Amino acid sequence: MAGSNKTNITPPRWLLAELTYKCPLQCPYCSNPLDYAKHSDEISTDDWKRVLSEARKMGAVQLGFSGGEPLTRQDLPELAKHARELGYYSNLITSGYGLTEEKIIQLKEAGLDHIQVSIQASTQDLNDHLAGTESFAHKKEVARLVKKHGYPMVLCVVIHRENIHQMADILAMAEELGADYLELANTQYYGWAHANRDLLLPTIEQFREAEEIAQAFKEKVAGKMKIYYVVPDFYEDRPKACMNGWGTTFLTITPDGVALPCHSARDLPDLDCPNVNDHSISDIWLESKAFNFFRGNEWMQEPCRSCDEKDKDFGGCRCQAYILTGDVYKTDPVCSKSPDKQVIQEAIDSARKSALSADEKPLIFRNSKNSKAFND
Amino acid sequence: MSINPEQKIQFSPMHRLQWEEAQQKDVILYPEGMVELNQSSAEILKLCDGTRNLEKIVTDLEEKFSTNGLKNDITSFLDVALNNGWIQQD
Repeated sequence: MAGSNKTNITPPRWLLAELTYKCPLQCPYCSNPLDYAKHSDEISTDDWKRVLSEARKMGAVQLGFSGGEPLTRQDLPELAKHARELGYYSNLITSGYGLTEEKIIQLKEAGLDHIQVSIQASTQDLNDHLAGTESFAHKKEVARLVKKHGYPMVLCVVIHRENIHQMADILAMAEELGADYLELANTQYYGWAHANRDLLLPTIEQFREAEEIAQAFKEKVAGKMKIYYVVPDFYEDRPKACMNGWGTTFLTITPDGVALPCHSARDLPDLDCPNVNDHSISDIWLESKAFNFFRGNEWMQEPCRSCDEKDKDFGGCRCQAYILTGDVYKTDPVCSKSPDKQVIQEAIDSARKSALSADEKPLIFRNSKNSKAFND
Repeated sequence: MSINPEQKIQFSPMHRLQWEEAQQKDVILYPEGMVELNQSSAEILKLCDGTRNLEKIVTDLEEKFSTNGLKNDITSFLDVALNNGWIQQD
């Protein structure tokens, strides 16, 4: 544990409010924990209001309402209103499922700032297959309505082997829908995506081709559409600067009130992540074991400890180190300096082998039945 | 893109400019991002309310801070702001 110097703790800036794990979609790369079904409790409207107030007071300003599908919470407009009164810049991160024009207007009046709609693919067949629901036509309609009512429209497409060949069509769709921002999120392999990695991880040739198409498009639409490209770190030499550094910027609250330094941290061992039912946000951020665990760089092992880039990438992602090496303190194996770098090549080889095999196993969709199976 | 000196300038409805007590500074908020502003940048942007053109902004700021010769600095900042989408001209 880092012997962190408390005077150096920066305040939270981003709050991710995971309002619920309930979701009508079944995306096989969902970032929720595999065993989400056992965490079915949800904190109350008043609890959320207190969380928002306390985090805002510390300095949090960007707020994401996420899930699951946050629209399944009936108190969403009330929370959006509370957020606006506190001065948050708030974002609804939604599948669009269940979002009507009436609700879009209601949320606008409540003070919601923008809406991020996810689309799974550029074609109906593939979108509906990946989402596990018939949702493509409605999602496109929602994107248009979001725009019509004056919100900045953010389109999010998670990229993986099943849809990466559609990159050019996905970009054309974003342009046609008039997206102000497009998030092209190469799948990060945690949670359900990790379980389905052999079926989702594209080859390096697919990545390079898609990246080239996206880069050319980015230049073409400069000034009209802003593109956020989440890099595929398995094909990089250096790890991502995960969460901008542990406990420096990001605060996630789960549906049942657990405070996490990143949204995957629930699966890490020995953190004893605190719950907002028992502690104030200030205590959680400043004093808790979980938020101090990887603050600073005292916790690092070699090669990170003596690395001249440690203040740039903070040793990479702790969750990735844990999932892939079994040791949370290790260098993120994505890094070419990591002694465990071969696990990345093994993952790439395994995915390629799976893609070429005649009897590829099916995707595991994210739903309660499959989640309960992971609990057993 | 650069500022048209004749046209009025307004802050983008797709962004929000606000004072952040915790940071003791003005910031611009937009989807997935935040820009922290120094005091002079914030003063310029606050005058981009759709009623002033470049010259009026310069005059008002020179008057407010009892100085002159601000035109070049203000123009180059507004060009940056325009290219970042923080302000617009119809």
